[in-house]
Amino acid sequence: MAKLKLRGVIKRFGDVTVCDGIDLDVAEGEMVCLIGASGGGKSTLLRCINLLEQIEDGAIFLDGEDVSVPGLDPQRVRSRIGMVFQSYNLFPHMTAIENAMLAPRRVRGLSRDALRPEIEALFTRFGLADRMEKYPDQLSGGQQQRVAIVRALAMKPEVMLFDEITSALDPQLVGEVLDVLLQLKSEGMTMLLATHEMEFARQAADKVCFLRDGKIIEEGPPAVVFGAPQRAETRAFLKRALK
Amino acid sequence: MTQPNAAGATRRQRYEAAQRRRAALIAATSTALVAAAIVTLVPMTPGWEKVQRSFFNYDTLVLTFPKLLEAFTINVMIFAWSAPAIAVLGLLIALARDTKSPALFPLRIFGAAFTDVFRGVPVILTVYLIGFGIPGLGLPRPWNSPYIWGSLALILTYSAYVAEIFRSGIDSVHHSQRAAALSLGLTERQVTRDVVLPQAIRNVVPAQMNMLIALQKDVSLLSFIGPVEVFRQAGVFKSLLADFTPYVGAAIIFLVVTVPATRYADYLMARQRRDRR
Repeated sequence: MAKLKLRGVIKRFGDVTVCDGIDLDVAEGEMVCLIGASGGGKSTLLRCINLLEQIEDGAIFLDGEDVSVPGLDPQRVRSRIGMVFQSYNLFPHMTAIENAMLAPRRVRGLSRDALRPEIEALFTRFGLADRMEKYPDQLSGGQQQRVAIVRALAMKPEVMLFDEITSALDPQLVGEVLDVLLQLKSEGMTMLLATHEMEFARQAADKVCFLRDGKIIEEGPPAVVFGAPQRAETRAFLKRALK
Repeated sequence: MTQPNAAGATRRQRYEAAQRRRAALIAATSTALVAAAIVTLVPMTPGWEKVQRSFFNYDTLVLTFPKLLEAFTINVMIFAWSAPAIAVLGLLIALARDTKSPALFPLRIFGAAFTDVFRGVPVILTVYLIGFGIPGLGLPRPWNSPYIWGSLALILTYSAYVAEIFRSGIDSVHHSQRAAALSLGLTERQVTRDVVLPQAIRNVVPAQMNMLIALQKDVSLLSFIGPVEVFRQAGVFKSLLADFTPYVGAAIIFLVVTVPATRYADYLMARQRRDRR
């Protein structure tokens, strides 16, 4: 059974249909990459899965449970799904470790002292042990984004969503963030990414979905989507993106 | 291409140094001219002698200043208990106006009405209406004290302004902060308390500083309903000595407090602009 399952997801902003009947399966431990031009609906889809946006129609299943039922308490679902944003969105008034401890303290009801060992272990695991006590503005973009990933992982999520997390980074900092994703993949995390890093998607993804005008018009293993795309739109996009 | 000269300065640096010297010279000359004009022209006015005697009388100043300072402690006292009450009430009203729960709809309406009313009425009028009106109900001592009701008038008026500043601070926190906090599983309340408010409050510190400075001055309005604070005390001396110098003394006391505070608020504001860049 798919860990995350989307069926006929429709999202509109006014008259604009941003997600137009999306079906998608992400299996346990799988890394799925959403590719496509900006405005294709990738980010909105991720926000819908995390219930930051409410879908108009269709359904989203987490472990077989419909989490898109209107009126459902979103907090419980969100605490099971981690999300990382393009612009990091760290809380600027807290140190890195306070950023990571806030949600476990509030949602899981644990004290700082009780949390410290596991959170420190997370920072150490991603090579940030010496950055824990820094404020976000004392960190590089790559470090900030890695702290944002640690902050999401601190809630022990079952699925991680990544929304173009390297798009705001200087090119030389992209690698350290993508390495974190590879590390998570090797540890068996279920991940759904919206990304412009085609080379990374080709090498690391288990499945690639090409979105255009709110629809997944082509999907499959990266070797197929990148190697032998079936649709003319996919070929045109890849030709531009891989240049 | 710029060639460093013997002194090591580039062509651009030498040009800018010359510009700076020129600007400083012009500023100094014009200041000296204006000062000279004031010093020579003002004493030539027909009433100068009289004004000098009745506004800038050194002996009167020395005589009355200690009493004025003593009266000023009443200003400080009223300020000291009003300011925290304003901060708390202002924040509560700001939060009330931003609630989304339908059950709290009356609170939202109340918050809006409150800010409309107390921002719409001159402070002195509020002081009169509350300061004379409520004790007029025939309350027993000490509940008929003008200190209580005068302070309340200030608290209500200033809370309305302070609440609006807090609201603008809440708006100034980028919505992506809220999204990030929600995505971690925090409730709306937790997001407001732990993520939005700390940033909002920090963003409006300079603006609130300016409100405090204004409050410090407006405490004097309470003199119209009774308390003998520094402005009223100066008035008493004026009547007694037929000399306006005590008012100048009171102004000096206010300036000693407000000028450093204003400079500090400006400094905070400038630093914030720099940080936002």
